[in-house]
Amino acid sequence: MNLLTVVLLLPLAGFLIAMAIPRSSPQASRNFGMALALIIFVASLGLLLWFDRGVAGEQFTVDLPWISTPEIHFHIGVDGISLWLILLSTFLTPICMLVSWRTVQDRVKEFFAFMLLLEFGLVGVFIAQDLFLFYVFWEVSLVPMYFLIGIWGHDRRIYAAVKFFLYTMAGSMLMLVAIIYLYNKTGTFSYPVLLDKLASGQLMFTSQEQILLFLAFFIAFAIKVPLFPLHTWLPDAHVEAPTAGSIMLASVMLKMGTYGILHFCLPLFPVAAHRCASWIAVLAIIGILYGALVAMVQPNMKKLVAYSSVSHLGFVVLGIFSFTQIGFDGAVYQMLNHGISTGALFLLVGFLYERRHSLEISDYGGVASVAPWLSTAFLITTLASIGLPVLNNFVGEFLVLQGTTMANFSWTVWAALGSIFAACYMLWLYQRVFYGETSDEVRHHMPDMKLREWAAIVPLILMMVWMGVYSQSFLQPVSKTTARVLDQTRLNVPIRVEIQKGHAVVLEAHNGR
Amino acid sequence: MAASLVSSTDLIRFLPEIILTVMGTAMMVLDPLINKRDSKFFGNFAIAALIAGIAGAIYAFSNPGTAFGGMLVVDGFATFFRVVVMSVGILTVLPSFSFLARQDAETSEYHALLLFSIAGQCLMAAANDLIMVFIGLEISSIASYVLAGYLRDDKRSNEAALKYFLLGSFATAFFLYGVAIVYGVTGTVNLTGVRDAISGQDQAPVIFLGLAAALMFVGLGFKVSAAPFQIWAPDVYQGAPSPVSGFLSTGPKAAAFAVFLRIFLTAFGPISAAWQPLMGVAALASMTIGNFAALLQTNVKRLLAYSSIAHAGYVLVALTARSEIGTAAAMFYLAGYTFVNVGAFAVISQLSGKGEKFQNVEDLAGLGKKQPLTAALFTIYLLSLIGVPLTAGFFGKFYIFKAALDTHQPAMVWLTVLGLLNSAVGAYYYLRILVMMYMHEPGEAASSVKPLTPSMRLALLLPAAGTLFLGIFPSWLLEFASRSAALVK
Repeated sequence: MNLLTVVLLLPLAGFLIAMAIPRSSPQASRNFGMALALIIFVASLGLLLWFDRGVAGEQFTVDLPWISTPEIHFHIGVDGISLWLILLSTFLTPICMLVSWRTVQDRVKEFFAFMLLLEFGLVGVFIAQDLFLFYVFWEVSLVPMYFLIGIWGHDRRIYAAVKFFLYTMAGSMLMLVAIIYLYNKTGTFSYPVLLDKLASGQLMFTSQEQILLFLAFFIAFAIKVPLFPLHTWLPDAHVEAPTAGSIMLASVMLKMGTYGILHFCLPLFPVAAHRCASWIAVLAIIGILYGALVAMVQPNMKKLVAYSSVSHLGFVVLGIFSFTQIGFDGAVYQMLNHGISTGALFLLVGFLYERRHSLEISDYGGVASVAPWLSTAFLITTLASIGLPVLNNFVGEFLVLQGTTMANFSWTVWAALGSIFAACYMLWLYQRVFYGETSDEVRHHMPDMKLREWAAIVPLILMMVWMGVYSQSFLQPVSKTTARVLDQTRLNVPIRVEIQKGHAVVLEAHNGR
Repeated sequence: MAASLVSSTDLIRFLPEIILTVMGTAMMVLDPLINKRDSKFFGNFAIAALIAGIAGAIYAFSNPGTAFGGMLVVDGFATFFRVVVMSVGILTVLPSFSFLARQDAETSEYHALLLFSIAGQCLMAAANDLIMVFIGLEISSIASYVLAGYLRDDKRSNEAALKYFLLGSFATAFFLYGVAIVYGVTGTVNLTGVRDAISGQDQAPVIFLGLAAALMFVGLGFKVSAAPFQIWAPDVYQGAPSPVSGFLSTGPKAAAFAVFLRIFLTAFGPISAAWQPLMGVAALASMTIGNFAALLQTNVKRLLAYSSIAHAGYVLVALTARSEIGTAAAMFYLAGYTFVNVGAFAVISQLSGKGEKFQNVEDLAGLGKKQPLTAALFTIYLLSLIGVPLTAGFFGKFYIFKAALDTHQPAMVWLTVLGLLNSAVGAYYYLRILVMMYMHEPGEAASSVKPLTPSMRLALLLPAAGTLFLGIFPSWLLEFASRSAALVK
């Protein structure tokens, strides 16, 4: 029972205990949920402390046989990418509980229990080293989010929840077929073993197999990311979810998709990944531009932030399919940045909603004059989100664009256009909500931030600055792992012939460095 | 002469059927002697009989082998299905206590008929001879026809019984025609005998055997409600008393699948290439018709009926794989599915009120608020039916589709992909129930729902615990199923 197992199982234990707390004392549920979430966060900081930054492979591994036929192991481990994603989940869970402290009044016990179950699923997804176990966590995380949206969401919550569930379910069914197929071919679910077999040439795919298996995994992940044109569930889910649900969904759940692409799709099926790279990059760029343009015309704040997520996640996918070390680093960093800054945006939009009970931009205006601190926090987050230097997103976007330049310069041009659009829609949003005439409704319903709200937003703002100023403290373990992924995508020698010339040169050049 | 015909070993191997029949008959004899106000007596009596039956089945398995000159065979496979159908029986009796009390319909014959029907199913599970299969099928069916019409004053219940009886008799007749042709071609009705006869011939008369297989497929396909013989299921499940619907959708189905597996893999094993496409088409049709028709249902019992058609389709996929792991997967799936489905109908019995007034999806509105335990347990069943990991339903599906992919036939890959996409469609209508229970305000039905009686609580808790247990520790059951499946050859 090492620390990682504790971090994984504490939320599950917490879920079971939280379900047993009597319904009549909601405050007990709140206190219990919060206390446990903080303990889990502290425990996960221990992972950070004892993580060996010089090692690229999985650490804190536990490998126990779980089911004997077919052979399924409880096999978990952390690498330099998943370490940060776990921390992101454990960091945001207490913040989400804090923002739901008073806003959730109905079925409090279940809410806090589901938050813990969600944390269990999310942490599990990022550390599973057994394909089957990964699938289990992938599906398990779906159920609490479904209930979070469906029970505590806004008006069209049921439609959004069902759509969210079915989209993900349809994708994951294809992934399940691929996982079973891999097992039947190799006799193992163990991801490290599969990679070893690939590396040693014991496992070979025909090119047709590669493509079909790659697509089966990729579509499941692309739905989650979401990659254009599979994104249509996202605006509904984000808008209808309660604040805590939107934060967890945008900040952590979307990363399940990009993490899956980087961690599973690329190393397992490098040939297919290279072959599809330009198609996927085009979809990612369409997503960047489309998301930004649609965000620009949204009258609803949450929808605007939701579409901006489609745009931001396009950068992540683009970085991954640049097949460069810098692009990978940027993609991973952008996952974390998006988690922090979009999480903060949803949180602040939630604060506005609690005050004015509207998400329509036109219902606001002049908030800055009545709630200056809230406006300042929103401004910092806005600037972070559009990639102002010194704040976090700048580093990620820069690395992604640098990596893309090495792969294909025209991609960079189009993607950079998306960054400019981002400045347009975010600043325009800020202008319409916080400046201009202050209407009476706003004047009377807009108290400035309360202590609890400060407690929720300050850690996020601190992270934005820290990640923007001292990115090295985060990127070092990331680079170790992405270098390994990059190496794995190059394992099959014949592929280099198949990739376009320019692309291959980049790979070689990078390899020589 | 007479003494040598039946040995004590034969009787021991026939123990569960003996126990159930004797206890069922005893119940009818005791009926006039028991104080009518002691309404729980017969239910408890039936549970005791079923527990004794399970013990008998396990005891019989301590000395496996054939009985009555090869008419019956007691092996792991038979024992597995005997235990499953008797457990289904227990899970049917438990919710019946409060259900029958609410409908003012507590009698001994309800429980006696249930025991007789289960005795027939045990016989089907252990039959190694087509005549025995037929006798088991009839015992099981005739009792269940009566059970479907048990609420005499209810029009729908009567309709259900009549429909079930008429169509069921047709189906059994088809089955019997098949048996007759098999006898004509091979000169035997013993399953292993048929197999030997077919593989012994240089040129098996595939046309006649194929005809026989097709006729038997009609008969058994009806019993498991596989498409295109599924039409009866929604009407019968809707009209029959809720606990009985739960029973009909599981017990007879599991037993019929046991027979299905034995006949098609043992007797018709040598010509499996001929029937495989037929089975595959039926599997795909059942999954698709079941799932898509269920999308449109407003009545929960009809919805569950269509869902059970879809689930029969999944099991047929395992049959189409015609391998040991396919058989093992089908066994595991049926074990997981039966308990959950009986549980789901128990929830309807709990909710439906007097005269089964409330059985629409809308009537579940707000159950999560009014009776959180019932709703939470129902949620576990539904998640298992959807196939969410950590439930038995997920592993069942997983094993079935793994078996299908193991065949390495391209057509089976397509069947797998279509089957799994089908289950994503299926998720929609199960989610509708969840939506109703948790995301709507309580309506009349949820507000008037009676508190859980201890037996009902047990009836709901057992399947949930079972599905979670099998979902987290599936190997032991699968290993048992794999060992037993090797015998069905």
